[in-house]
Amino acid sequence: MVNIEINGIPVQAADGSMLIEAADQAGIAIPRFCYHKKLSIAANCRMCLVEVEKMGKPMPACATPVNEGMKVFTKSPKAISAQRAVMEFLLINHPLDCPICDQGGECDLQEMALGYGNGTSQYGEAKRVVADQPIGPLIATEMTRCIHCTRCVRFGQEIAGVMELGATGRGEHMRIGTYVAKSVSSELSGNVIDLCPVGALTSRPYRYSARPWELDSHDSVSPHDCLGANIQVQSRRGELQRVLPRDNEALNECWLSDRDRFAYLGLAASDRLSAPRIKRDGEWQTVDWDTALTFAAEGIKAAGNSVGALAGYSSTTEEYYLLQKLVRGLGSNNIDFRLRQLDFSDQARLPAMPGLSLPVVEIESIDAALLIGANVRKEQPLLGLRLRKAALNGAAIHSVAAVDYAANLPMGQRIVTAPEAMVASLVAVAKALLVEGGSAPEGFAALAEKVEVSIEAEMIAASLKGAEKGIVWVGAMAAGSPDAAALRSLAALIADLSGCQLQLPGEGGNSAGAALAGCLPHRAAAGSEVDAAGLDWRAMLGAGLKALVLMNCEPELDCADSRTARTGLEQAGFVVALSGYASQAMVERCDVLLPMAMSYETSGTLVNAQGNWQGFGAAIAAPGDARPAWKLLRVLGNLLDLDGFEQFSSEEIRDELKALTGATGTIANQLRWQPVAPSVRVEGLSGIAEFAIHGVDPVVRRAAALQASIDGQGASVVRVHSTTAAARGFNDGQKVMLRTGEWSCAPMPLVVDDTVPAGCVLLRKGTEATQGCSSGFGPVELIPA
Amino acid sequence: MQLLSDASRAEIDRWIAKYPPEQRQSAVMAALRIAQDQNGGWLTNALMDEIAAYLEMPPIAVYEVATFYSMYEREPVGRHKICVCTNISCLLRGSDEVVAHLEQRLGIKLGQTTEDNRFTLKEVECLGACVNAPMMQVGREYYEKLTPETLDTILDGLE
Ligand code: SF4
Ligand code: FES
Ligand code: FES
Repeated sequence: MVNIEINGIPVQAADGSMLIEAADQAGIAIPRFCYHKKLSIAANCRMCLVEVEKMGKPMPACATPVNEGMKVFTKSPKAISAQRAVMEFLLINHPLDCPICDQGGECDLQEMALGYGNGTSQYGEAKRVVADQPIGPLIATEMTRCIHCTRCVRFGQEIAGVMELGATGRGEHMRIGTYVAKSVSSELSGNVIDLCPVGALTSRPYRYSARPWELDSHDSVSPHDCLGANIQVQSRRGELQRVLPRDNEALNECWLSDRDRFAYLGLAASDRLSAPRIKRDGEWQTVDWDTALTFAAEGIKAAGNSVGALAGYSSTTEEYYLLQKLVRGLGSNNIDFRLRQLDFSDQARLPAMPGLSLPVVEIESIDAALLIGANVRKEQPLLGLRLRKAALNGAAIHSVAAVDYAANLPMGQRIVTAPEAMVASLVAVAKALLVEGGSAPEGFAALAEKVEVSIEAEMIAASLKGAEKGIVWVGAMAAGSPDAAALRSLAALIADLSGCQLQLPGEGGNSAGAALAGCLPHRAAAGSEVDAAGLDWRAMLGAGLKALVLMNCEPELDCADSRTARTGLEQAGFVVALSGYASQAMVERCDVLLPMAMSYETSGTLVNAQGNWQGFGAAIAAPGDARPAWKLLRVLGNLLDLDGFEQFSSEEIRDELKALTGATGTIANQLRWQPVAPSVRVEGLSGIAEFAIHGVDPVVRRAAALQASIDGQGASVVRVHSTTAAARGFNDGQKVMLRTGEWSCAPMPLVVDDTVPAGCVLLRKGTEATQGCSSGFGPVELIPA
Repeated sequence: MQLLSDASRAEIDRWIAKYPPEQRQSAVMAALRIAQDQNGGWLTNALMDEIAAYLEMPPIAVYEVATFYSMYEREPVGRHKICVCTNISCLLRGSDEVVAHLEQRLGIKLGQTTEDNRFTLKEVECLGACVNAPMMQVGREYYEKLTPETLDTILDGLE
């Protein structure tokens, strides 16, 4: 610590810190544009000039390290005149278009100009104008307004790990952009909107819709991945306008993924359901709540205990809890939320709740990681950011996956195999670990016999073994694979042998909450065992149940096997959907559509991957007659004469569950090795499937701007390796149909993509284009359309 | 398709070898010059992209360098690139007349190329030959103490 003095006030500052940090900590304001606490120091705007005793010239506070005894003046005549001079220069080329600029009211330049600008300008020459280049559906550009602070450029380079924006040209001709016409592709791109101190980069969807001083801000939590990023939901006169990050150093820092930022656009989709509807004698009618709920209750009651329920991933814990209570009250254990999974054979051994074994911040300090079928960057973009920080600190990040995922961090070893060969790849790593000592667990030898240990496997093993703090991470593709149980078991073994920690982050936004609430066929609330396990979602849909309740999910899109979902719904007797939307498929397959309040429209709790119960209130009202799902379930429970449906608030429901889970609200337990069967060899083309980054829930799916982004567009295609395309005579862009057994998907463009292993076909699920396909794994065929 | 010739790649490799292996990008300026020479004096986007891939850096970072330095051309240039210094010393010593004479004789303005693709005329900043101002650079040669007469002789001597 060093002692300095700012404006006569003694301040203590950390060694090596910059003046601006010391001032910020002491609450002394210094104007700035280019400085940002999360970015490297560029010191190019010069707005932060201050006077430092014994220094001839004013010094940039953001780039001047503190020194013992330093005396700094931020408001002396010398400092102020330097700041005013800089402001005058900045305004020379800045357009005077605040009235039509979206940043107006929250513009750093506008604010500083108020404090340091002159009423008039001495500059009479022509101002510089920059022609705009569109950079995608999320970010609007108005580059004439740019003041070249390079925050956006540094964000791409340093934080997101993909440099897409740059400063080309120099001096007066310098401009920020992509140079060649292209959309930015980063899953974190929207953060430059917040970073840009002026109106050069603004939100395209929010553009021209409100002024910041008209907005009401509501604290909330984002339900689209297991981080539970903290957000502010902003509305004007009750209408949602935009979503911004809310600082939380333990979770999202000051960032937000594009999915969390723009998903709200899906709430206003044209197929939004706003009034209860029932299908009576084959005819749809819009009815009042009483009629709809009675109709639903009667249908469910008639089914006896031949009933089941499916829930999507983004519901609140309270909703999951009441849903399972309802189903169990009816004498059934048929309830499941794990719609993106296919293999449930190890469910009884799995931890009662998915999650991370270490706090999110600690991911930064790991020194080795093995990612198994994980594309963390797209699954949980902000966890990807923590991994990237670890990698930049020197951690070795290895991957075993069926896709050579484009990483935004320096990768260690990458094993890219056909999906069914992932098991063997993990066996190889475990075998390499066993060479160093330890005894092979029961059932391993038979599996390991035919597996050769590759150099990569050896290197991964050595790196994990040598790590002080290593992790083994089971990603969405692994968890959603038909071999998931085997992959998890091997992951547990590798973690055990190498002394690393196993991470089962869980796919989806609130899988931890759903599991805790007991939304599982084999476990009731708080992880308690049930006498006889009910059916998982796949079995449920194959069982021809008499009644099925859907909550916040569109089975044909949200389930890992769209084909099974469709036939299952057709066979089910009576289908009640608590839903935000009335899509064509839902209208065709359901008997009752109960409009429910979606994210930001209801109160509740989400449990994130590090086990935090994050509660929030409703930020906006749901459209029309839509009601929070917990209220609907409560009334249904009453109508069905079930006990325990007397809650008056979501808090009451939460407290009821909390009383069961205990004070901490999490359940700790561990997954251990169990013998697994070798995976089945696939002859011919082998299918790989994963959920698209913007196909993860009904809301995200309807966010048009996200769908129009590069990630959104890239989901509606099938991908094959160039050699496979050549061998089979397919061209890039050609329309093909993916066929499994007798079923084929609608025609889709084929994209030649060398990140897919040869002999495989990659499909992204959860999108309109791939609706109707099977699980996408196993033998598939491609036929020209 | 490979745009950089094997010879160019070999030369770029020599530059890469001068830096630590994890700093391949340090060779970017040399690589751009080599590519420009190979391509008749100017750089295409495709060439820059190939350099980016070769040096394992983001394409935009290559564009930044190529647009920052005035000696990289991103439009086709004539066989002879005439760079006239109009910076302060040259200006004081009559670079205006040099420019006027060249423009008049070649029938083009600063920044343009003659129709027969022989000459491109460019205005540049100080080239460090102020002692003998005014001056210009044609290709790799400096021509100093210019007058309309010497200009004519120089131009006559160029293909
Ligand atoms: S666009 Fe905005 S963030 Fe980027 S350099 Fe310009 S002013 Fe800074
Ligand atoms: S904030 Fe210090 S120079 Fe920009
Ligand atoms: S000013 Fe012309 S060479 Fe220096």
